[in-house]
Amino acid sequence: MITLKNISFTYPNGLKVFENMNFELHNGDRVGIVGHNGSGKTTLLHLIVGLLKPDAGDIIIFGKPRKTEKDYREVRKRVGLLFQDPEDQLFCPTVAEDVAFGPLNLRIPKDEVHRIVKRTLEEVGLSGFEDRVTYNLSGGEKKLVSLATLFAMGPEVLLLDEPTAGLDEDATKKIEEILREKADTYIVVSHLRDVLEETTDRIFKMEHGHLEAV
Amino acid sequence: MIAEPFARGKSIFHAMDPRVKILVALGFSVVMAVANRPLTLEMGSAFAVFLVLLARLNLRQVAVRLLVVNTFVAFLWIFLPFSFPGTPVFTLWGLQVTREGITACVQITVKSNAIVLASMALLSTSTVFGLVHGLHHLKVPEKLVHLFFFSFRYIHVIHMEYHKIIDAMKARGFEPDTSLKTYKAYAYLIGTLFLKSSERSKRIYQAMICRGFDGTFWVFQHFAFRKRDLAALIFMGIYVLFLAYTQWGMSR
Repeated sequence: MITLKNISFTYPNGLKVFENMNFELHNGDRVGIVGHNGSGKTTLLHLIVGLLKPDAGDIIIFGKPRKTEKDYREVRKRVGLLFQDPEDQLFCPTVAEDVAFGPLNLRIPKDEVHRIVKRTLEEVGLSGFEDRVTYNLSGGEKKLVSLATLFAMGPEVLLLDEPTAGLDEDATKKIEEILREKADTYIVVSHLRDVLEETTDRIFKMEHGHLEAV
Repeated sequence: MIAEPFARGKSIFHAMDPRVKILVALGFSVVMAVANRPLTLEMGSAFAVFLVLLARLNLRQVAVRLLVVNTFVAFLWIFLPFSFPGTPVFTLWGLQVTREGITACVQITVKSNAIVLASMALLSTSTVFGLVHGLHHLKVPEKLVHLFFFSFRYIHVIHMEYHKIIDAMKARGFEPDTSLKTYKAYAYLIGTLFLKSSERSKRIYQAMICRGFDGTFWVFQHFAFRKRDLAALIFMGIYVLFLAYTQWGMSR
């Protein structure tokens, strides 16, 4: 589904992250990527959804090479990216509006969106949270709502950037459980090995701009 | 989101279609801003007070907000009575105070208080999202609506970042005083604040385009224009028109 070929990427400040990096994700793959802070884990996810563009190399997603902003618009509808900090992801006053934001952008009719909101909140165990004010939720709840905003768009692939960062044990367990049960193709990025062992089948280590199977 | 204390409540205005409220607030503000006849100003102020009572706002909070407005008005009282040309009434420290100057001050005070009161009753009883949707449906240009919404959104973001940084400073024993050291610390704080806010706003925007945002805000929880909204629009509209009549229609 996702193929990165000979990718090189350097930040404008001269920080070189990747050189000739290769990566592949197939349907049904549950891949974990572990690495130190600043090793390029987040950068990899941002390259896949086109928030960053590589200096060299090819990105092929859903069988098509992706180069322009327009190519990536389609990718973003089918690939859900969970940001590290839910504060970046949630911006609407109520939970329901935030979950509805994606589906409405996909031009799904309103009564269908209502059903989607209800269903996805059920999926992440937040039934009845529709009218809660996002701002007043706990850290764990915010993360779950962020996850619901992705599920609501029915993505084929999930990219999860430190999905359990800053969460307590219970919330971590809940996220791990949801991933195992409700999603089948995803990449989890974390600096914690435990989380990856709980949720993924294959783990890669990111070091010096390369991925190595562990 | 910023706390919107007035937006939660159960008055007639909380349940009203935001479009009606925006239109009435706009009409009322224009009439009051331009009017200068005492009768118009009196009746307008009475209307504003009536709206606030009807909205069942916490009167203490209303008073606090009015105080902010009147702090600015107070500056006019310092300068205007002395600088406005007209008939002198009395002399204070060798400066002449004119009748026209005092009239102008009274008028500005009454107008600004009435407009702020009416806006509080009408606009702050909606959530910002409600107002944004309302503006959108009133065919206000999309760019202006977005500007309004994102200013609101980012004021909150900057406010949050400010608290984070200042708490971190305090945790390391920062005590503001009148010294170069303090000024420097504040300069760093403001610099960091701008950087952090700009970084965060970028990430929020990225998160939005990842969810298919293409410039249009789609409305989810929609308000309906009901019969009682029409009734409210007609009643308040007639009153505002009547105010306009007392200013321009009635002979003196």
